[in-house]
Amino acid sequence: MTADGGSAPGGREPGGREPGGREPGGREPGGREPGGREPGGREPGGPEPGGREPGGREPGARGPHGNQPSAPPGPAATPTAAASAPATPVLALEHAVKSFGAVHAVVDGSIELSGGEAHALVGENGAGKSTMVKLLAGVYQPDGGSLLIDGQPVTLHGPAGAQDAGIAVIYQEPTLFPDLSVAENIFMGRQPLVAGRRIDRRRMHTETGQLFTRLGVRLDPGRVSRGLSIADQQIVEIAKALSLDARVIVMDEPTAALSAAEVARLFEVVRTLRAAGAAVLFISHRLEEVFEICQRVTVMRDGRHVLTSELAGLTADDLVRAMVGRQMEERTAGERGAPGERVLLVEHLTREGVFTDISLEVRAGEIVALAGLVGSGRSEVARALFGIDRYDAGRVVMRGRELRRASPTAAMAAGIGFVPEDRRQQGLVMDMSVQQNVALASLGRLRRGGLIRSAAERAFATDWAVRLNLKYGQLIDPVSRLSGGNQQKVVLAKWLGRSPALLIVDEPTRGIDVATKAEVHRLLARLAAGGMAILMISSELPEVRGVGDRILVMREGRLTAEFGHADASEEKIMAAATGQHQEQAS
Amino acid sequence: MEPDRHRLGVAAQRALRWESGLALLVVAIVIFGAVSSAQFLTPTNFFNTGVTSGEIAIMALPMTLIIISGEIDLSVASILGASSALLGYLWSRHWPMLAIFVMVALVGIVAGLINGLLVTRVGLPSLAVTIGTLALYRGVALILLGPNTISNFPASYTNIGVIAVPRTDIPWNVAIFIVLAIIFGTVLHATATGRSIFAMGASPEAALFAGIRVKRIKTTLFAVSGLVCAMAGVLWTFRLATAVQNNGLGLELDVVAVVLLGGVSIFGGKGSLLGVVLGVIAFAALQNALLLTNFNQEATGIVIGALLLISVFAPNVASFRRAAVPRWVRGRFGAQSSSIGADHD
Amino acid sequence: MTTAVTQRQEPAGAPPGAGSRRLTERVFRIRESGIIAVLLVFVAVTTAIQPAFLNEQNLKFLLINTTVYALLALGETMVVVSRNVDLSIGSVLGLSAYVSAGLFGPHPGLPVPVVFLAGLGIGLACGIANGLMVAIGRVPSLVVTLATLYIIRGIDILIVGGNEVVAQTLPNSFTSIPRASVLGVPYLAIVIAVVIGLGAYYLRSFRSGRELYAIGSNPEAARLAGLPVGRRVLAAFTASGGIAGLAGVLWAAQYQTVDSTAGTGYELTVISAVVVGGVAIFGGSGSAVGAAIGALLLSSINSALNVLGISQLWLEAISGFLLLLAITLDRVISLRLQAALRRRSAGVGT
Repeated sequence: MTADGGSAPGGREPGGREPGGREPGGREPGGREPGGREPGGREPGGPEPGGREPGGREPGARGPHGNQPSAPPGPAATPTAAASAPATPVLALEHAVKSFGAVHAVVDGSIELSGGEAHALVGENGAGKSTMVKLLAGVYQPDGGSLLIDGQPVTLHGPAGAQDAGIAVIYQEPTLFPDLSVAENIFMGRQPLVAGRRIDRRRMHTETGQLFTRLGVRLDPGRVSRGLSIADQQIVEIAKALSLDARVIVMDEPTAALSAAEVARLFEVVRTLRAAGAAVLFISHRLEEVFEICQRVTVMRDGRHVLTSELAGLTADDLVRAMVGRQMEERTAGERGAPGERVLLVEHLTREGVFTDISLEVRAGEIVALAGLVGSGRSEVARALFGIDRYDAGRVVMRGRELRRASPTAAMAAGIGFVPEDRRQQGLVMDMSVQQNVALASLGRLRRGGLIRSAAERAFATDWAVRLNLKYGQLIDPVSRLSGGNQQKVVLAKWLGRSPALLIVDEPTRGIDVATKAEVHRLLARLAAGGMAILMISSELPEVRGVGDRILVMREGRLTAEFGHADASEEKIMAAATGQHQEQAS
Repeated sequence: MEPDRHRLGVAAQRALRWESGLALLVVAIVIFGAVSSAQFLTPTNFFNTGVTSGEIAIMALPMTLIIISGEIDLSVASILGASSALLGYLWSRHWPMLAIFVMVALVGIVAGLINGLLVTRVGLPSLAVTIGTLALYRGVALILLGPNTISNFPASYTNIGVIAVPRTDIPWNVAIFIVLAIIFGTVLHATATGRSIFAMGASPEAALFAGIRVKRIKTTLFAVSGLVCAMAGVLWTFRLATAVQNNGLGLELDVVAVVLLGGVSIFGGKGSLLGVVLGVIAFAALQNALLLTNFNQEATGIVIGALLLISVFAPNVASFRRAAVPRWVRGRFGAQSSSIGADHD
Repeated sequence: MTTAVTQRQEPAGAPPGAGSRRLTERVFRIRESGIIAVLLVFVAVTTAIQPAFLNEQNLKFLLINTTVYALLALGETMVVVSRNVDLSIGSVLGLSAYVSAGLFGPHPGLPVPVVFLAGLGIGLACGIANGLMVAIGRVPSLVVTLATLYIIRGIDILIVGGNEVVAQTLPNSFTSIPRASVLGVPYLAIVIAVVIGLGAYYLRSFRSGRELYAIGSNPEAARLAGLPVGRRVLAAFTASGGIAGLAGVLWAAQYQTVDSTAGTGYELTVISAVVVGGVAIFGGSGSAVGAAIGALLLSSINSALNVLGISQLWLEAISGFLLLLAITLDRVISLRLQAALRRRSAGVGT
């Protein structure tokens, strides 16, 4: 699946860069620019990053630097010679190409990092960021293009090779050794030795303590790493990178699961790293963080490099436009009639340490969007509603009857369907066929005398495939062969086949291509119009605003805001989600 | 995009490949047997083979479902032994045989439930649990019977090892096996429960999220295994006409070997009952052929072990080049470390 | 325009995580010392009932019995810690016992160290075979060692035929090894204790030893970190096999009559001992010393049954029950610990 070659180049932006000041509003490519592409082109079902991606989120407002009006970038900026030619970048990928069979994850990826800078890499889900990270980490080797370290082409043989080259990667979900101590995690394989090749524990602990001091954090080197918060685990990984004298530290969505205080601490650490001369590559969807901590940004779209530029002078809108290449999606919400009777009532739902005092309701025919940052507890609430997780207090009432807790069977019987966040692990049995996956929740209906009637199963699956416009080879193909968008349709079909009264969808369009995304949104709208109650969890603001009739916001386990469709702006939602209060000074 | 009545999905293809291979193996073994001994292809021999392999075959059936569901039960032979000991013990206390049967069945179910509950409610790994219950139940057998041997069972029962089902030439063991195989096979391949078992073995989380009652099904599987093994214990005792504490010692490994040989993946989620039936036949035929050639009976383990290794390495050979070769080997040969693009749609 | 970010106050107080560390450490220390405590309590109770338990004769016997199991427990620990299992040790022991001791028959003057080397060699060969299959084949060690359990036992049976090694063929220098004592303590027990101590020290204080723990704790992270997983796993199985080989020679020296059933069933007893001794069945934690104490505990129970006049037949049931108890307790403790840690980190500064 490759991106179709675009048609009109859409004009070339003026090149050149102004040394430090602000630009009157033009876009700075600071380098290469392959030219725009018409938004009409079909986006491929892009590769899904290994970890979880929180989905794009634009603050909608201006970045912290610009004082300019959010006018569209004009052609006004005249090319000026670059005042400071960059020193040889520490690490650079040039025109990288990487494919996995028929999936072209990266088609023309380029990025270069200089010592002492924090460089952001942004792009939508499926843009190829995660693959770029793995190329830099030595996990993959590029099929084409070159990797340069200090200007010299280099081949990295695996993660160990990258480590030797001074590249460290902090993944979204840190992989530590839970049974070993923090110090040992940092020094595994390189523990300081005493005579006789024995491990010098004291020195290991002391050096670990020193690393933490350098980073300005306080962690006990001797403690076992099991049970550390994600934020602390990241710090351990960063300390490890530091101990390896890493010159490049790649952070993949580091703030996804952090609280505001932890983010602040992380940013301090980033500043420390920069001051020490390291280059930090910061991959994130959170544009306000990008503007806060980074100096330059590279935007990717559909596996290609789109632009690299200083952040000064750019607005969030500029970035979004570069990432998306098209206008925001049309809204489907607000066209439905008034909602019907109440289907779901949640009262004071609490699970210690996870979420607190959640009360909400969803009516027939309405779509309630649950927004918030990753880690705010939304998926946990959803799982508790469906009975996968238990809760400690509160109650759930479905269509007037209280729902037994911790029983998916009861939830399903009460008419709840649940499309989970993690398609591959939770939504589908990857080894089973399309047909079997579609039928998995409806087997009771498809049998006679206890035995599954395969003809009925086939008809059932075919029917839903048609209704959802599913693209597949044969119904008996393993579902792993389908693209992300079609896989998601299979999950939807599985639940829709039960005609649920309430459909809970967690990140309905994560990791799927634009066209299917629109289809799913239209489907949800149709279902609501037909009387289904829908609770949609999403981290993508356009989706939240476009699809939700009402918008609830969660932060750190609590509901912090509710907006009707009309009065929800992206700034307000984001403010409620992050606990920030933006002041509109001007 | 459409009707594919005649074409087969990937899983079915894989199963068919395995079963054809197995069928060939069975043929090869039969030829070997026929060539090496004149007695191999005689009805008496078939009868005897069926009799001696019956218990392993019967125990392999619930084991198949357990392994497909992602667990394992190493206590099967100990449950057999314990039920045999219980049978002898109660008989020596002059209980009526019918009551003994009921008691033995109950004890088998309880033994299986203990396994199941420890795995599902406490959340312990089934490997560790059934290693523990293997010892525990064997110990129970030891405690019940001590060094004694009970062998005064009435001939009407002990004949089970000698006479066939009336009007047929099939030994009772085999008849019971056939009936159970049909039941288990139907459940596994044609019911919602069977589909759920495959799902939970292949993707435990996804099964949970689809509302499948994983804990309940697994507990039931262990309980059924306990019941079936208890029944096998009764059969074993009557066949040998002896209840002694080391009945069935070590049999669990035979059972696991037969199931894996049948194409069931140790990781769960894949396998077929037909394959296990073929595996049983292959195993029984091989043991018998070796017996007839005076190959040291106790050394047939070599062959079983070799078959087991082949059955797990064979699927890997195909993907050997890519996934199975670890980096340190590949590094030595300088090949590119291409990774499984599994996280890309 | 600037975006002013309003942040909540971070609560001042104890260094983050210190409380959690104390909690986890306390729990782990409980586990490791727990097994010792159980052992001591058990010995105390038994001695109270039957003072003969602690007499010299009995203790010697106990220690000797333990040596083989403790030695096997060392090798098994190395394997289990890396999230594998070696089920073939019983068969390796049997093969080694017969072949090595059997050398005395045709070669009566053979120096004893040669016999030990022979046993070691056999064990190493088996271990390397296991290790290669697990490391290269990416097949679960459960299945591989299950198969080699069969195969090696079968080879043993073939080699043994109907024979056995008879005590008379063994020279005194050989059979006296288990009986020699220094100040009343069996010489062998001391040696084995030292060996286990060395093994535990290796696992604790050498890089390759720690890497085994890392591999068991998180195999994926180990690969990502560039640890030589295959090599380490191969080494662990080789060690386990070699140790089983040595244990076979000792077994022969001790029991003096070796037929084809030597070592049957040992693997499950050893795994029980290892798990009871605190080694997690899925790897990543535990110590060889704990495992050895587990072996000692099981042997003590055996001996206690003997001394108390209770039928030996209870041993199997007790050891099975102990294993279940140990893993249940571990699981319950670990769940409680996780819940406590979760509550703590939820409350602190976030």
